Amino acid sequence: MASVKMPQLGESITEGTISKWLKQPGDQVKKYEGLVEIITDKVNAEVPAPLSGVLKEIKVKEGATVTVGTEIAVIEETAAATPSAPKSQPAPQTATPQSATPIAAPAPAEESATEGQGGGSTEGRTRLSPAVRALIEEHRISDAELARIEGSGIGGRISKKDIEDYVTKRAQPAAANGEQRQQAASATASALSPGTTVPLSPMRRAIASNMLKSKQTIPHAWTVAEVDMTNVVRFRQKVKDSFKQREGIDLTYVPIIVKAVVEGLKAVPILNASWSDQGVVLHKDINVGVAVSVDDGLIVPVIHQADRMSIAGLAKSTDDLATRARAGKLGIPDVQGATFTVNNPGTFGTILSYSIIAPPQAGILAMDAIVKRPVVIEGDAIAVRSMMNLCLSFDHRVLDGVSAARFLQGVRRWLEGFSEQVPLY
Amino acid sequence: MAVKTVIEAIRDGMDEEMARDESVFLIGEDVGNRGGVFLASDGLYKKYGELRVIDSPLAESCIVGVAIGAAVNGMRPIAEIQFADFIAPAMNQIIEEAARFSYRTAGDFNLPMVIRAPWGGGVHGALYHSQSIEAMFAHVPGLKVVAPGTPADAKGLLKAAIRDPDPVLYLEHKRTYRLVKGEVPDGDGVVPIGKADVKREGKDLSLIAYGLMLTYCLEVAEKLAADGISAEVLDLRTIRPIDRAAIIATARKTGKVLVVHEDTPFAGVAAEVMAIIMENAFDALDAPVMRVTGPDVPAMPFNHVLEEAFMPNPEKILAKARELAAV
Repeated sequence: MASVKMPQLGESITEGTISKWLKQPGDQVKKYEGLVEIITDKVNAEVPAPLSGVLKEIKVKEGATVTVGTEIAVIEETAAATPSAPKSQPAPQTATPQSATPIAAPAPAEESATEGQGGGSTEGRTRLSPAVRALIEEHRISDAELARIEGSGIGGRISKKDIEDYVTKRAQPAAANGEQRQQAASATASALSPGTTVPLSPMRRAIASNMLKSKQTIPHAWTVAEVDMTNVVRFRQKVKDSFKQREGIDLTYVPIIVKAVVEGLKAVPILNASWSDQGVVLHKDINVGVAVSVDDGLIVPVIHQADRMSIAGLAKSTDDLATRARAGKLGIPDVQGATFTVNNPGTFGTILSYSIIAPPQAGILAMDAIVKRPVVIEGDAIAVRSMMNLCLSFDHRVLDGVSAARFLQGVRRWLEGFSEQVPLY
Repeated sequence: MAVKTVIEAIRDGMDEEMARDESVFLIGEDVGNRGGVFLASDGLYKKYGELRVIDSPLAESCIVGVAIGAAVNGMRPIAEIQFADFIAPAMNQIIEEAARFSYRTAGDFNLPMVIRAPWGGGVHGALYHSQSIEAMFAHVPGLKVVAPGTPADAKGLLKAAIRDPDPVLYLEHKRTYRLVKGEVPDGDGVVPIGKADVKREGKDLSLIAYGLMLTYCLEVAEKLAADGISAEVLDLRTIRPIDRAAIIATARKTGKVLVVHEDTPFAGVAAEVMAIIMENAFDALDAPVMRVTGPDVPAMPFNHVLEEAFMPNPEKILAKARELAAV
């Protein structure tokens, strides 16, 4: 018997959600054959069987979230299958090679907070009987309420009776329990006409937990620079058709901004860093995350070593990541290891955006809409120029406003100084 | 209303039906002057004569075969198998002929016949006088199988079986014959085939049983009530056609079900009841459906200690019910 554990699918990942079991108890599994699909932070990963045998038992049901290292299945080794397996290969508890994640370990405080939350709420969740689930839905019992109900069953299981007792107790007038506040709350609730509850997708949960963690642990500061994009707009107008013809993809503003960001990060390396209690970790690589909106949320695939790419290379990389993100085909390395993020709400016409930093990065830059505006230019003349706001959120523990402003200035100068001499390749 | 034993209720049922309908007759081993080994037909021979209470040879295939022939020709025979254990020689007549007759003739013929068979253990009857046979026959489409547990149901279901147009296997638990007493309503009191009966209302868990186990389950429910556990007791009464609606209703009501029978478990009646619940009331379950049955052993042994070990009893049912309540 060998146990299969929730793999560590990335350094900052502390838990994973079982998305789908590809094998059922009793099924034969071959070593390296897909066993289970796991959703971590933001992607699906297929975890291969660590050895050949028969899947004896599934310990964690689909939809449940458990911490890394938790036993999720048991495989019984078949004697016949073992000899063929190469001895030198250790049983892969980790699904993917981790060499592509140069990111430093995140702050330990964040890690433990996640573990605590994850472990507690999922434990009881996996043991709810069908009748209990039905009652929870019928009486709209929230996760928080459920956590307060003490289970009277074996091993603390919450039984149908426990829920019924709770509902009866809940229905009693709050004043009798001296809970004035709760009464007020329920009065407000009853004044509302009932809405519908959209169940949380694993991605929604991941986003919620990440954003909450970020806002609770990172002191965000925010600053904006106005950039004259006229040169860039003209250049793009001029080359976009031939680019499309030659490369088969559109030349958008994103790779150009990413290029400018890379230049800015080179000039101000303190923004390409992570906070830790031991000190600020300056990253050697510049890996730029690019936010992509997908059907049910948001994914941030990463352009690794963006500082080594040309604009055309960045365009190709961005297009490839966005396409795969929308098709749900990103792998773990595709979303790991970002050292800085670029967000592009401007496509939807926004002019000032306050993005939340993705931990453990130190900053995120939002590209807002490029709009034509009358601008006073050199010689006190007024001209129609293509203007854009670049909004930067940064971790004030890592750097101060001066560095942030210097970074924005670098990005702005690079963009405003854009000419046809800037190489596309 | 009068308090009767199960055996009295069966005798009354036969007597009343024979008086009501001249086509009703009884055939079996020692049923005549002897009145049957359990005295189920005591007095009927004197009352109705040798043409309507017929002593047969010791040949079960003959008893059932004669009944089939008579039924085809418009009679309503009651064929008594002395012990259910002896029914095997009549298996061919019952399964190949009786059960299929209506189907084979596209409904042109019916076989209005009853096969009565004393079944079950707990009477020190050993290997040839203790067995449960219901699962084997309930498996056969075309047969009806009833197994009453109280005097009122024994009489009412016997009447329904005699009046039914198709073959009915009527199982009378021999341990209940004189152990179980109860009020039997005056008059016909026909109990419809295919209807289960809630013998005790409850809300925490359901005990589903039939025959002798019904009596045990009612005892257990009383003990559970002392613990503050409210148990519902559903008496199946008919095994086939089974009352799916009643099974689903009680499973939905309590969310916890314990099925009890003394027959062996594999492919038994409990397995079917559990399947019905899983297929129709899964979303209402608060615990896995459980069962208490006899063990998968070839037959009930004679040795008292081993017979006790084989038979489900109130203690075993109570222990399992407590386990279910605690889940």
